[in-house]
Amino acid sequence: MTCFANLKRSLTVLATVALLGASAPGGAADSGIPMPSFMEPQGTQCVEDTDFMRRNHMEVILDHRDKTMHEGIRTKKHSLKECINCHAADYQGDEKAREQHFCVSCHQYTAAQPDCFQCHSLKPEQPGAAR
Amino acid sequence: MNETSEHTDLNRREFLTRSAATAGVALAPGVMLYSVAQARPADEPVSSAVRWGLLIDSNKCASGCSDCVSACERENGWGTGSTDETHSDATQKAQWIRKVEVKNTETGHAFTLPMMCQHCENPPCADVCPTGASFRRDDGIVLVDKHICIGCRYCMMACPYKARSFVHETLTDQKPYAPRGKGTVEACTLCVHRVDAGDSPACVEACTAENHNAMLFGDLNDPESPIAKTVATYATTQIRADLNLNPGVRYQGI
Repeated sequence: MTCFANLKRSLTVLATVALLGASAPGGAADSGIPMPSFMEPQGTQCVEDTDFMRRNHMEVILDHRDKTMHEGIRTKKHSLKECINCHAADYQGDEKAREQHFCVSCHQYTAAQPDCFQCHSLKPEQPGAAR
Repeated sequence: MNETSEHTDLNRREFLTRSAATAGVALAPGVMLYSVAQARPADEPVSSAVRWGLLIDSNKCASGCSDCVSACERENGWGTGSTDETHSDATQKAQWIRKVEVKNTETGHAFTLPMMCQHCENPPCADVCPTGASFRRDDGIVLVDKHICIGCRYCMMACPYKARSFVHETLTDQKPYAPRGKGTVEACTLCVHRVDAGDSPACVEACTAENHNAMLFGDLNDPESPIAKTVATYATTQIRADLNLNPGVRYQGI
């Protein structure tokens, strides 16, 4: 049941992206292939090369996740929380803004399941929070 | 002589804590640097040289007061600290910490205490976990690795303190530092994110801020820590000590 619902949702999103792709600037590559559209990161430089991160970000944060969970290592580099802090804005419940979420837009485009955000917060940490 | 130097150390510690807190308010981007600087370095793994413990003085714990519970809810985003779990009933909703009122029916003597994960040295939850999701960190904090948890809930049955909850519904309102999700078991983490940053758990901070001072957090292995000194001086109790679990949470006045 859930699988069908997910598939249906993925197809809907793909169709929406395809439709938007024709008109939205930046939503489609010049080749005409529909691409996910997302907000620009706030930082200037990612912790690794873009090409590397595109292919390997899941491995990188998986490794860091186990170190944090079991050993309490909380370095910022390769931390999912820091990915969110840089790549996402607080969408304040605005569904359209949520679709522009850097991680969510691409995960939906590629139908990545499960993604991190069934449990992890999509929102960046509040500025001034002491951790 | 010794006593003087101990007092000096304590004052210095308090001074560092307070000055860091002040700096935290004044310098938003510098906060991390200051608070991490006095805690264990972020790239250093936890070690068994430390055993985090919590001492709860039931004599100072007021009946009807639930400041610790609401602080935990706000901090970790469950209960009233969250907009989720709208379909679950009271018995199904997450409950990381609860206030328990106890009365001896023969004598009429009544007291109250907060009950949460007791962070056992030999945790039964970890014993029964089929996947290794329930585990004890080297510094004594018992956690659920929700990446591995399959939601079988054996640990909930094994826990003699009824400290764990199962998340029944899809959640959307999690805190960045406290991930929670449907189909996994969760419990008090002793605010591990705060402890790793050199702070006290939210419940302890709230109890102290309200001047109740019924909760004392610290390193049981450090003979100079206030908690180690207190448990060395006064009689303290572990709940269900007969089970030989050696909980990190101890009580006074029960």
